[in-house]
Amino acid sequence: MSARLRWRKILSAFMLTMTGVCALAAVSVLFFILGYLVYHGSTSLSWSFFVKLPTPVGETGGGMANAILGSAKLLLLASMVGVPIGFLGGVYLAEFGGKTAGFVVRYAADLMNGAPSIVIGILAYALLVKPFGHFSTLAGGFALGVMMIPITLRSTEEFLNGVPRALREGAMALGASRWRTIASVIVPAAYRGILTAILLALARVAGETAPLIFTAFGNRFWSHGWGQPTASLPVMIYTYAIAPYEDWHRQAWAAGLVLLGLVLLTNILVRTVLARGSAIPRE
Amino acid sequence: MSASAKPAISVNVSVSPGPAGHAMTSSQSMRMTVSRVNFFYGPKQALFDVNLGIGTNRVTALIGPSGCGKSTLLRTLNRMQETVRNTRLEGEILLDGQSIFAQDVTKLRSRVGMVFQRPNPFPKSIYDNVAYGPRVNGHKKPVAEIVEASLHRAALWDEVKDHLHKSAYELSGGQQQRLCIARALAVEPEVLLLDEPCSALDPISTAKIEELLVQLKESCTIVIVTHNMQQAARVSDFTAFMLNGVLVEFSPTPQLFTTPTDPRTEAYITGRFG
Repeated sequence: MSARLRWRKILSAFMLTMTGVCALAAVSVLFFILGYLVYHGSTSLSWSFFVKLPTPVGETGGGMANAILGSAKLLLLASMVGVPIGFLGGVYLAEFGGKTAGFVVRYAADLMNGAPSIVIGILAYALLVKPFGHFSTLAGGFALGVMMIPITLRSTEEFLNGVPRALREGAMALGASRWRTIASVIVPAAYRGILTAILLALARVAGETAPLIFTAFGNRFWSHGWGQPTASLPVMIYTYAIAPYEDWHRQAWAAGLVLLGLVLLTNILVRTVLARGSAIPRE
Repeated sequence: MSASAKPAISVNVSVSPGPAGHAMTSSQSMRMTVSRVNFFYGPKQALFDVNLGIGTNRVTALIGPSGCGKSTLLRTLNRMQETVRNTRLEGEILLDGQSIFAQDVTKLRSRVGMVFQRPNPFPKSIYDNVAYGPRVNGHKKPVAEIVEASLHRAALWDEVKDHLHKSAYELSGGQQQRLCIARALAVEPEVLLLDEPCSALDPISTAKIEELLVQLKESCTIVIVTHNMQQAARVSDFTAFMLNGVLVEFSPTPQLFTTPTDPRTEAYITGRFG
């Protein structure tokens, strides 16, 4: 074997090992977090965690039922704000956006995606907390929804652009109008990707704490309707984790595990539903 | 796919066959007439002063080497070229004596159907693929009837009748292409445009589609782009030879292949280039 060939083999083996090691490092961080969370969280998890309100300071026990419901309400509001705006905006970008308009919207979305979440919280505070004089579920949901817009928008655009041109032309050649083509062929062809992206966006904002601190604030009791401050899992985790009580620490771990579990569950559910129907084969 | 017009070809000295229908007997009625069409992709001209008459219930083949503009010409006939940005067309195209540019484009495309180079079924069931056209165009007949009739006309019914609600992607390539033909036929077009419909198919599927075309011309006017000269000879009544965006010769098929009048046509069909 010539020296050159041997050198090439060594280099190839080295690079291959490096990529493998890095991939392993990336995955092991995830598994480490997961394992740690399960280890600490599962021991503190009990039925009362899901159905009881937090206990007053000093008393052990209690649960975070109000925070679980609060998070669910916040995410529902967030999807109502973020999904339609992001989705329709993405359709515009992919199908109708000219050069200049497309550039402006795309750039703004990317900037917004990079904006610190606490800044989004300030926006919601200025728009929905200050004028009404109190914290509310509405303000928190709005803040999370705003955060969902750029993610949904950009991924909708990306998946729509990924639909083969041949499908578009096929529909138009049958006499379908542009809008009909988009609604009946292009979007259905891309909906799995779009839905996955929406789920990722939802999972991301589900764990956001900063924008909720001065919008949804927190609540040790049930929050009725949409106008009162509400507890949420991330803010609870934050409050409980920095508190000086051992029992609260355990509950924070449990809350972390529940949050992760809920996100995972939604993900699996939607993916199962999506697995039906026909996808476009990749070329 | 895009036509690359070589600038060396002179623009105005085109050897067009004169007025549309020059090659045909005067009794032949014209479904479509293309007159003095120039077409541009941005600054690049792809079609040069093309004149062509498309006989009713006849198969017209467009042949020529890659990039000669035959697909571009085909796609102007249902105004599909308008979906490409930055293009421009000069000249006139008539369908049944009326300008295709004066009518609603969706209406035009329901009258002039198209089948593409690669099968492009929608990610829907076989049934929904065929039903798509009648649904968007709001046909009066029951959709189920149209679907069955169209699949029969495309010679696909017997193969799919037991699994109409399976995904169209479960069909073979040849079946998918016949499904696309059925989908186009479901709109009951007067003209059917086919853009190299067999180039992605095996010989057996190709033979089936060729056989189908000969049957279809009873009810439909057909224009087919092909780079396979044998195919043009087998299925068409008239053949147009194109080169560098110019329509060089347009004659009845037997005449074009046996006694071409233009030396460039002769060179092409005898295999000296292309």
